[in-house]
Amino acid sequence: MKLKTFVSTLASVLLIGSQVAYADKWSDQFPHIAATGDIPGMCSYEETSKKDYSGRTLTINTHAIPVMGEPTALHAEQFEKLTGAKVEVTHTPAGDLYSKAMVPFQSGQAPYDIVFGFSNFINDWKRYLAPVPQKYVDQMTDVTASHIAIASWGDTMYQYPVDGDRHYLKYRKDVIDNPEMQAKYKADTGNELRVPQTWKEYAEMATYFNGWDWDGDGEPEYGSAEVMKKDDLMYAAFYSRSAAYSKNPRTPGGFFFDLETMTPLINNPGFVEALTDWVEAVNFVPPGGINFGLGDEINSFGGGQTLFSFSWDDAFVAAMQDDSAIKNQVGAAQLPGADKVWNRETNSWEDGFNQAPFFVWGWAVGVAGKSDNKDMAFDYLCFFANGANHQADIGIGRFGVNPFMEEDFKADVWTAIGWDAQVAQEYVDTLADMEKSTNRVFPLRVPGTFEFNSALATGTAKALAGQLSPQEALDEVAAEWTAILDRVGADNVRDAYAVGVAMEDNEL
Amino acid sequence: MNFKHKFVFLLPGLIVLIGILIFPIIFTVRLSLSGWNSYNPGLDFVGIKNYIRLFTDDPRFWESFFRLSFLAITTVFLQYIIGFFLAHVVWKDIKFKRFFRVLFLIPMMTTPVIMTVIWRTFFHESLGPLNDFLSIFGVQPQWLSSPGLAKISIIVVEVWQWTSFMFLLLLAGLLSLPKEPFLAASIDGASPFKKFMYVTFPLMAPISIGAIIIRLIEASKIMDTVFVLTSGGPGTATETSSFYIFIKGLREFQMGYAATMSFTYLIIMIISLTIIAKVLTKVLMKE
Repeated sequence: MKLKTFVSTLASVLLIGSQVAYADKWSDQFPHIAATGDIPGMCSYEETSKKDYSGRTLTINTHAIPVMGEPTALHAEQFEKLTGAKVEVTHTPAGDLYSKAMVPFQSGQAPYDIVFGFSNFINDWKRYLAPVPQKYVDQMTDVTASHIAIASWGDTMYQYPVDGDRHYLKYRKDVIDNPEMQAKYKADTGNELRVPQTWKEYAEMATYFNGWDWDGDGEPEYGSAEVMKKDDLMYAAFYSRSAAYSKNPRTPGGFFFDLETMTPLINNPGFVEALTDWVEAVNFVPPGGINFGLGDEINSFGGGQTLFSFSWDDAFVAAMQDDSAIKNQVGAAQLPGADKVWNRETNSWEDGFNQAPFFVWGWAVGVAGKSDNKDMAFDYLCFFANGANHQADIGIGRFGVNPFMEEDFKADVWTAIGWDAQVAQEYVDTLADMEKSTNRVFPLRVPGTFEFNSALATGTAKALAGQLSPQEALDEVAAEWTAILDRVGADNVRDAYAVGVAMEDNEL
Repeated sequence: MNFKHKFVFLLPGLIVLIGILIFPIIFTVRLSLSGWNSYNPGLDFVGIKNYIRLFTDDPRFWESFFRLSFLAITTVFLQYIIGFFLAHVVWKDIKFKRFFRVLFLIPMMTTPVIMTVIWRTFFHESLGPLNDFLSIFGVQPQWLSSPGLAKISIIVVEVWQWTSFMFLLLLAGLLSLPKEPFLAASIDGASPFKKFMYVTFPLMAPISIGAIIIRLIEASKIMDTVFVLTSGGPGTATETSSFYIFIKGLREFQMGYAATMSFTYLIIMIISLTIIAKVLTKVLMKE
């Protein structure tokens, strides 16, 4: 028995030892993966290096640098070195990713073998994308079930999982958990300083901590950094703020539309309350905050300028990088809730705490159906998301690569890159709790998604700028949504929307 | 030379003309009669449905058009005044004349998008140098966040960038003026102001009209400055026609409807610029 144990231990040591040596070989050449070295797998550095794509060119349309654009370019360069392929990367602003792919798609051309976009493009894009071959799907054993589902339509996977996004609250722990600040806040306002439980609390605290130097760096700080710039993903920020007021677990059958009648719900009192809160938020964002896009939000919160922020992981991860002045001084929590929630069946408010996480899902990438380089394209994507690259990418805030593998939800992954144990645990608990929630909101994935979101962005932007009241703005959005439904066909939208509703209602 | 030979010589030019001018216009008209969008690609035929929508159910297009008119007229007027002044200054024999002529042309030679990014940084409310300086006096204007100031910011950038072009055209005009009228005015003892009002300005009228019309055509397509500086915001406060058409066409992918707007916009611009040219000719040439 002892001999058996000894042999087994020896074998394990040799195996681990060989992997370390194996890892070192690649991390010497590619410092990006220095922390982990190569991680064995179908698309590891070792396996990818065995491919020979000399004389072939792969074309990619991705987002502007840095968010997603930087890792795309970095992994393209690595892929070139490993396989001999030539990879041409085009960087495109977020708002133009959809059309940059759609124009050639619709004209039957494939200037890009690989196109990056957002996961909610899937309904419009799927007919032009090549399904992900089964051999790649089979090796995605660590990807969460929800991200496999979102990358797929029916049983076919069209988008290769490279990212997993959700919106959550980020806050400055050094302020919120600081006993002196808590006492001062209590004395001045009569309220407890704590992680805000509701959007009203969020606003009260953000207002209190707005416009003065509460961290002693000689510069004034502000209440909140939010994505408020029109056409720059602001619609997602608004859905996050709306979910608590409008996603009622007792009224299944649609958050954006009433699935039965396809009447837009976007101007009901729940959404109006959220927009009223958001208009108030203009008073506690940094100067110019009404023009903040995602990059500005990341830099603002990540740079220590604000007390709160909510949106994707990037600002949080940026704040936790080694070069950050506020490393380990930030915390993560679920999005604030509300003290009431709208019941669209009784047309009245229901009192009581309600919370609803918004799953944004995030970046998605597919291979053009008309591409002549599908084999190389899928190998590139598989390499992009391999274990070593993924581990390295998720630790760099500006990369925009966020957790979507089971391994990512373990605190060890994050403490290994220098995160404080408590911060890491809070972070993974927040993400895991959202996965477990039964009152979630998912993005619209219907034909004409871009039209619906663009109409919402325009309406809410008008309210933020003071051009319209929240009710007027959302009435305008509802009218526009009705017009879009008429053009697209309510039944077409209903068929696609039913899939999302089933997920929200926990039927899938 | 018979007719056939003439036709052969004309053919290359005709083909190029059809290829680069006539075909796109005809295609735009055809596209405008279709419902081409993200979920329904292709040239189906929807009649004048898009035109009815534009004229009866899209106030945002008309708001953006009137906003564009305001921005275009204001910027071109300012460019003309400043451009004429600068051209007049370096037209005379002053020291470092050549240096100033080149200096005044620099903004036009820079890349508009890059310069607008620099201006955006300059106007940035929390990080920009302008507000940093103004904070000394206790003011921090919301250059890009207030609807009124955002329009002014766009006007500033446009005037800075394109006054050089106006300057160039007007300076070329001034340099080509005959000397005799000025000599005659000097002999008559006309003051510099009177010389300008009664000699320079009237003689420059045809050139002024040309320069203003060229700039109006360019200004009516204003897009890059709006895109980079404000993205049409805050709200829709700085959204212009071309930016709105861009959103509908290339963001929302309503290609058919965007073509309707483009073609309507083209017709409106042809008519309005023709009227403006006639009015300017009547007013300036009369003097």
